[in-house]
Amino acid sequence: MEKRIYLDNNATTQIAPEVKEAIEEAIDLFGNPSSHGKHGQIARKKVEEARKKVAEFLNAEPEEILFTGGGSESDNTVLKDLLFKKIENPNKEISIITSPVEHPAILETCRDLEKFGIKTKYLPMYENGIVKAEDLKTMINPETALVSVMYANNETGTIMPIKEMAKIAHENGILFHTDAVQVAGKLKIDVKDLDVDFLSLSGHKMYAPKGVGVLYIKKGHKLSRLISGGHQENGRRAGTENTLGIIALGKAAEIAMRDISSEEEKIRKMRDRLEKGLLEKIPYSYINGDRENRVYNTLNISFDLIEGEAILYLLDHLGIEVSTGSACSSGDLNPSHVLNAMKLPTERMHSSIRISFGKFNTEEEVDYVLENFPKVISTLREMSPFSK
Amino acid sequence: MAWDYTEKLKDHFFNPRNVLKESEESYNADGVGEVGNIKCGDMMRFYIKVEEKDGKDIIKDCKWKTYGCASAIGSTSVLSEMVTGMPIEEAVKVTPKDIVAVLGGIPEQKFHCSVLGDKALRAAIENYYETHGKADKIFWKRREIICSCLDVDRAEIESLFYNDNVKTFEELQDKTKLGTSCGACIEKAKALLKELNESTSCSIVEEK
Repeated sequence: MEKRIYLDNNATTQIAPEVKEAIEEAIDLFGNPSSHGKHGQIARKKVEEARKKVAEFLNAEPEEILFTGGGSESDNTVLKDLLFKKIENPNKEISIITSPVEHPAILETCRDLEKFGIKTKYLPMYENGIVKAEDLKTMINPETALVSVMYANNETGTIMPIKEMAKIAHENGILFHTDAVQVAGKLKIDVKDLDVDFLSLSGHKMYAPKGVGVLYIKKGHKLSRLISGGHQENGRRAGTENTLGIIALGKAAEIAMRDISSEEEKIRKMRDRLEKGLLEKIPYSYINGDRENRVYNTLNISFDLIEGEAILYLLDHLGIEVSTGSACSSGDLNPSHVLNAMKLPTERMHSSIRISFGKFNTEEEVDYVLENFPKVISTLREMSPFSK
Repeated sequence: MAWDYTEKLKDHFFNPRNVLKESEESYNADGVGEVGNIKCGDMMRFYIKVEEKDGKDIIKDCKWKTYGCASAIGSTSVLSEMVTGMPIEEAVKVTPKDIVAVLGGIPEQKFHCSVLGDKALRAAIENYYETHGKADKIFWKRREIICSCLDVDRAEIESLFYNDNVKTFEELQDKTKLGTSCGACIEKAKALLKELNESTSCSIVEEK
C-alpha cells in the first residue's frame, strides 16, 4: 500500500506492536477458560491477568471489570438494565437523562427504550460542545433512574464535566454511567476519583483489536445480563471469553498506563501545530467545539464555501485519512448530530473535517498535511459557485 | 471510498472537466442557470454558450461551478461533457437517469441529492431563451419549485401523484427525499398534496 497518513484514530486505532506480540504469543492458547484441564487453566490465568491490568488502568478492582464485545455492548448493558426494571415494575415511570451528542450506542438504545415507555431527557447543548453540570440539577426528578453522559465526544473531543455530574446524580440517589470510549488510552481514568457507577470502554480505540470492550461496574451494583447462557464473567455475561481480545486489551491497558503522559505531550504538540497551521494557511476556517476542554488528539475544523465529503475524498486521494460530519458521507444523509446539537450553521456542519491523532503519527506527517491540505481547500473553492 | 463510486465518477471528481476557471464576466455565457443552495449541501451553477447552426441552437461550450460532495461534482462534470456540441432541444431532455447511466451508476442514496446538473442546465437554457428573445421556444412546462434543496418541482410531484399513486407526504418524501435537508418546503409540499388529493374524486388521505 502507498504511504498513508492515518488521522482517524477516533474511529479506530491500529493494533500496537506490543499488543500484536501479546496476541501472537497467545495465539495457541486455545483452552476454554471455563475448562478445568491444563489448557483451560492457562487461558483462565491469562484472562484474569488482563482483568487485573484493566482494573489497575482504571483504578478499579478486578471484580469490577466485565469484559464485553465492545463499547456498544457495554453501553447497551447499562441502558437495557432499565428495560428489565420496567418489565418487573411496569407502573413505575422511569427515565434516563443523557446528552444529545452521545454515541449512537447510547442514543439509539434510548430510542429503543422509549418504545417500552422509558423516557429520555436530553441535557441542553451549547456551542462549545460541552454540557453543563448545573443543567443536570434542574432536570433530575423522581423518575430519573440513570444519567449517562459521555466522558469526551468522539467528533469534537470536548470533555464533559463527568465528576461533577456523577456527584449531582449521587446526591439525588441516581446512578451514573459514562461512555469513556474516546478517553480510554488518552487521559488517565480514575473511577474512584470520578465516582461513576458504570464506565464503558472499547479495545479498538486504544490499540487493541475490535470486538472486545469493558464495562466497569462499581462493586455492589448489579445489572441484568444482556446475554444469557453460561456462568462466564461471574454470571454477568454469558459466552466463552474472547481470550485473545481480552489478553490484547490487557496489554493495551498496560502500555497506556506506561506511556500516557509522554504520548500526551507528543500528540498535543502535533495537533496544536496542525491546527495553528491550517487556521493560518486557510482563510475562513473555524474550529468546532471548545478549544481548551478538549482531548489533545482531536481537531474538528470547518471551511466556508465547500463541502466535507469532497474534502475527505481529495485528502484520501493524497493519502490523508480523516472523517467528516457532512450529510453526504453519512448513511442517512443527515449531517453530524453532534454539530447539529451545537447549533452550528448548516454549512459549517457540511464542511466539517475531524482529524484525530494517534500514537503512531509523526511530525513529518504533520508537515505533509500542512503542505497538501490547503491545496485541497483551494481546489474545491475554485469549483465553488460561492467563491468569486 | 465509503460510497461505492464508479471509476468514471472518481475520474470526473478527481479531474473535473469544464470547471469555470475565469470570471463570469470574462466567460460571458449566453445562459446561466442555478439550482440548490448552501444550506442543503449542494448548489450548482451552469453556464452555456450557444451557437446557431442550420436553424438549430447548439451548445457550443459549457462551464459549471458546484458546491457539493464528490458525486455532485463528478456528475456535473460528466454532464458538461455530454451536452457539449448537443442541440438545445436534445439537451433539455437530459435526465438524471441519463447522467447516471453515463457514470455507470451511483449509490442510490445519492441519486436525488447529488444529481442536479440537468436542472441547472435546463435553467441555463431557459435563461438563454429569455435573454435572447426566444422565450416562445420554452416548450416545456415552466417549473414551480417546491423543494429547492433537492430540486423537486410541482410537475414531478403531480406525476408521482397521478402515475405512481404517491398520496401521502411520507410516500412523497420516501420517493423524492423532499424536505429532508432544510425542511422549509414541508408545509408547501403537504399543501400541494392536499390540493391534489382534494381535486381528485378519491377520498382525502389524512395527513399523518
